[in-house]
Amino acid sequence: MKQTRRSFLRRSAAAATGLAAVAAALSPLRELEEGQMPDLEGFLQKHYKEMSEEEMVRALERIEARVEKDYGVRAQVSDVRAQDGVEFVYALNLSRCIGCRRCVHACVAENNQSRAPEIQYIRVLEMPRGTLDLEKGNHHYDHPTVPDDDHYYLPVQCHQCANPPCTKVCPVEATWTEPDGITVIDYDWCIGCRYCEAACPYWARRFNFTKPEIPKEEVNPRMSYLSNRPRPSGVMEKCTFCLHKTRNGELPACLEVCPVGARKFGNVLDPESEVRKILEKKRVFVLKEEANTLPRFFYYFDERYAAGGGPEPGGAPNHSLPADDVPKGSAPAGSGEHGEHGEGG
Amino acid sequence: MQSHAPPSGPATSTRPAATPESTRERWAAGAKEYGVFLFRCFRLSFVGNRTYHLWMLGLTVVALLGLNAYCKQFVSGLVTTGMTDQVSWGMYIANFTFLVGMAAAAVMLVIPVYIYKSKELHDLVIFGELLAVSSIIMCLMFVTVDLGRPDRFHHLFLRFNWPISMLTWDVLVLNGYLLLNVHICGYLIFCAYQGRKPSRLFYIPFVFLAIFWAVSIHTVTAFLYSGLVARPFWNSAVVAPRFLASAFAAGPAFLILTVQVIRRATAYQVPKQALQTLRNVVTVALTIHLFLLGSELFTEFYTDSAHAASAKYLFFGLEGFYGLVPWIWTSIAMNLTAITLLYLPGRENVTRLNVACVLMILGIWIEKGMGLIVPGFVPTPLGEIVEYTPTLNETLVCLGIWAGGLLIYTILVRVTVPVLTGELRSDRNGIPEPK
Ligand code: SF4
Ligand code: SF4
Repeated sequence: MKQTRRSFLRRSAAAATGLAAVAAALSPLRELEEGQMPDLEGFLQKHYKEMSEEEMVRALERIEARVEKDYGVRAQVSDVRAQDGVEFVYALNLSRCIGCRRCVHACVAENNQSRAPEIQYIRVLEMPRGTLDLEKGNHHYDHPTVPDDDHYYLPVQCHQCANPPCTKVCPVEATWTEPDGITVIDYDWCIGCRYCEAACPYWARRFNFTKPEIPKEEVNPRMSYLSNRPRPSGVMEKCTFCLHKTRNGELPACLEVCPVGARKFGNVLDPESEVRKILEKKRVFVLKEEANTLPRFFYYFDERYAAGGGPEPGGAPNHSLPADDVPKGSAPAGSGEHGEHGEGG
Repeated sequence: MQSHAPPSGPATSTRPAATPESTRERWAAGAKEYGVFLFRCFRLSFVGNRTYHLWMLGLTVVALLGLNAYCKQFVSGLVTTGMTDQVSWGMYIANFTFLVGMAAAAVMLVIPVYIYKSKELHDLVIFGELLAVSSIIMCLMFVTVDLGRPDRFHHLFLRFNWPISMLTWDVLVLNGYLLLNVHICGYLIFCAYQGRKPSRLFYIPFVFLAIFWAVSIHTVTAFLYSGLVARPFWNSAVVAPRFLASAFAAGPAFLILTVQVIRRATAYQVPKQALQTLRNVVTVALTIHLFLLGSELFTEFYTDSAHAASAKYLFFGLEGFYGLVPWIWTSIAMNLTAITLLYLPGRENVTRLNVACVLMILGIWIEKGMGLIVPGFVPTPLGEIVEYTPTLNETLVCLGIWAGGLLIYTILVRVTVPVLTGELRSDRNGIPEPK
């Protein structure tokens, strides 16, 4: 009798210690913020393509409420859809680009990317003349002024591939290519496996390793479901050609800010569009053609340089602009004189 | 010492034919018996000597530390790991890959048993399959901790990108393999517990299915990497065969060690012959593995194309970054030492065999993580070099999962041994419950 009682006590003590240890192990969960886990409605939210109109309206309202709560900003979140007869294409004039990285920062401001840690969609490589070998590029060039005479600059962002390796690998179809050629992500569907990030040959995808931080006054209140609404933690994001702007007839933020007019954007199905002319007349090329991704992002050099494969040192643009480490607003407006470099079309 | 009664041994079932039971009653009785069996196993898993208790306590503590670390990660996100946009997979996926390999160990033993009818390995198959079960459970845990949004796991059931995404194939084959192995060893052990001869119809077809299935879990996992055009380092046809070869070395090597622990700690006697067979398996597999590694290195370095950047980084360092160099050479040294030890004359030397096994397991583990997963990301597709160092929190999560897996494996082996030796028997046939 005594024997069993003692062993019972011993066992209870062991069980209690065990439970206490488990509770201690789980204790960090107490720091889960309210709203960090989806509520029932959020949990049951359907895939973007399966939501009915009312469901989408409610989803957008939920996002607006979330943004207000997290950032103290009243945002307008819309769901802009692709238009018929539109296929967007980007063309970038490498003879013009001076590597000032203004596009990088305009993109961050427009698309509500996390500021800490900072997420950027565009990476500008400083390339030695005479090579397209990306491994020779410098990602972290840092001169007081750009451009540097011995280099040319190669901005890379999502190429909106027509044969995208990234969407193929996604186990839950959280990422797909829209009818107008833009590859998008449903941030509420992505499970964060990062397989697509490994699959992209242009290193165009970015992961939210933690909850994005954006100062209240920097939040862009004009948002859309598939593009620039603030992303939750633990999901993938990428360039969407600013679809909340471009699907409404505007231009992407990176193009608008470019001081030398190196960036051209438009509907390739429209025979009168500038990009269509460039594709027809210029000797355009794509990066990593051998990967057969069929990018919708083209590069070209101005005709007069085309024979040499790049601008000669003497023929480089003679202006220089401060690089991006210079405080904002101090940039001289030096772009006016470049209007005369016609497209030759 | 009484030798064990193998599950396929003479039938000891003495159910009296005079009491014909209806099918329903038989099922009910079977379910009850199964419940009793599980309960006994549960109780048994707490019974053991001092070493056993210390081992289990240690594993539990590490597992809880891992759980704690994972909770931190769950709250803050994957910033708690060393992964970045540049190196977007790390220790989690590396361990996952290694364990997929371990899980196939079972098959390497199934083949000699059922195809070449090698009797002495018969029970070893059960230990191998238990290892497979535990490894797959660990695999699933490693994939889960790697997800940014584990709370959305159910999306897999709602929109499953099959057959396009290789990851969906992996989900299917891994879970299928888990079920197959749970069925096979569960059935064999339960039959042994009941003291009756297992019906061949209920397990032989599954055993053969499992053989093909084991090859598939490797192949699919290898395709996960080799199918990516963005990663020239992985984009090679030899990745899948190399996976198979290294797994067939590491898995049985782990079993060699397990079997000796079982022999020391329990009454169960593994036949000497079994160790020798395992040893042969390991030797051949490791040889093939090293040969394939050599061919790959030749192709990478002799052609000396720009594609070799990752391999250069791995073996010699690139532009002042040398993070993986010590690891890979350690791994190669370990594997070469192991193979030398295996080929030296004197096959009876068990200590030497054990040393070779430990070296080989560590060597292959390093090679999967530091040698395969991480260099695939360095340099990035845009040529940037960012190195990866796992954080403490991430390491704790990994250790926690390993401890959890070993805990499961220990319990499984712990309850299986007395069943195989006949100490734990169903009392339905009049055999009293052992004290
Ligand atoms: S550039 Fe990368 S992310 Fe963009 S569509 Fe192509 S593969 Fe996908
Ligand atoms: S990270 Fe998200 S979008 Fe990318 S493959 Fe995984 S689930 Fe799909």
